[in-house]
Amino acid sequence: MTATLIDLAVSMGRGLAITAWLTMGGCALALACAFLFGLGRVSERRAVRAISIGYIELFRGTSVFVQIFWLYYALPAFGILLSPMVSGIVALGLNVGAYGAEIVRSAVGAVGRDQAEASTALNLTRWQSLRYIILPQAVPRMIPVFGNNAVELLKATAIVSLISLSDITFQAQQFRIRTGQTIMPFIVTLLLYFMLYLLILHGVRRAERAYALPSGNRPS
Amino acid sequence: MSWDSHYALLALPVLARGLWITIVATVLSFALAAVLGLLIVLAEMIPSRTVRTLVRGSEHFIRGTPLLVQLFFLYYVLPYLDVTLPALGCGIFGLGVHYAAYLSQVYRAGIAGVPPLQWEAARACNLTRTQTWVHIVLPQALKPSFPVMGNYLIALLKETPILSSITIMDMMGEANTFGDLHYRYLEPVTLVGILFLSIGLLARWVTGTVYRLLSNPV
Repeated sequence: MTATLIDLAVSMGRGLAITAWLTMGGCALALACAFLFGLGRVSERRAVRAISIGYIELFRGTSVFVQIFWLYYALPAFGILLSPMVSGIVALGLNVGAYGAEIVRSAVGAVGRDQAEASTALNLTRWQSLRYIILPQAVPRMIPVFGNNAVELLKATAIVSLISLSDITFQAQQFRIRTGQTIMPFIVTLLLYFMLYLLILHGVRRAERAYALPSGNRPS
Repeated sequence: MSWDSHYALLALPVLARGLWITIVATVLSFALAAVLGLLIVLAEMIPSRTVRTLVRGSEHFIRGTPLLVQLFFLYYVLPYLDVTLPALGCGIFGLGVHYAAYLSQVYRAGIAGVPPLQWEAARACNLTRTQTWVHIVLPQALKPSFPVMGNYLIALLKETPILSSITIMDMMGEANTFGDLHYRYLEPVTLVGILFLSIGLLARWVTGTVYRLLSNPV
């Protein structure tokens, strides 16, 4: 009994590390894509806008499940072999990034036009206006929605267990096959994910406080 | 190695068979989610702290844990409790419960959007609690919820490939099996992606049209 418990703790610990890496890597890539394509979506250049729209529609339109399998099983046909970890991070990051891009677009759009006009009047360059005027007002609106997306990403990491990456879910399945015990590994798995979920909620709440505009300056 | 159209054509009828399962699973689980989501919101109205905490807590738990693990739990653990569901039943139940937790939020927002004056007017007209809910509050709460529910319908559709992991032969399941058989995944998996994209666009168009018809009846 003790041996089984130790076995469970060790394998779940290993899985937890993989899931945590996947979530952090995926979130970092998703954040980069969200800003890159979200701002590209409102660019003045037509080509940049078209590429951004194409990316957003492609990754929001197909299932993340299909995307992970496509990267892992179909891409080798073109001579590109990605490890399960890289396939997982790339697929999750690109998928959630597409949803994030829409958040960035709408948050930037929600900052009043007068702000952009005022920056032009002050002779700020486009970059300066974005960096010092628009984004500080747009980012606080993005954070809660980004938090929801981070949770979606965490939950989607479970899918990579199906491309043989040994995350929490994979370890639970292996443990079930190894020991024939079913209830315990899955309950532990659910609790671990729930813990990570609460951790993300906590982080988002802290970020919200850190990026909140000083009161009196809040965007209406 | 590149795209093989002949092989892709061979895969199509197999995927069409899976498409049927995908659609059935989507429709049934969304219907379950819509009903269950409303029940969750109504259960929260029960003036008891224990019930409210319990409902809110389980809602958080369902939304905070991956659907895949929930499905594994249903599929592998339920038989130990002497409940044996067919795989598709498990899948529809799991998807339905998972999305009910999301839809309950949508309903809650809709109900919160009904102006308090409506409640007061209903009371002034001497309507009972049930009458107020059925005739006054819900019709006004549900209408603005429809477009958001449409988004969740599409999100649910895109989660159905997970069902293939509990041996359901949906589109993804068929594509993987077909790939295993010929050891070539590029065409079937790409086709599944294209099919999802097209069904998703179609579903978006349908929900958009339905919503337009509902908001300005001809």
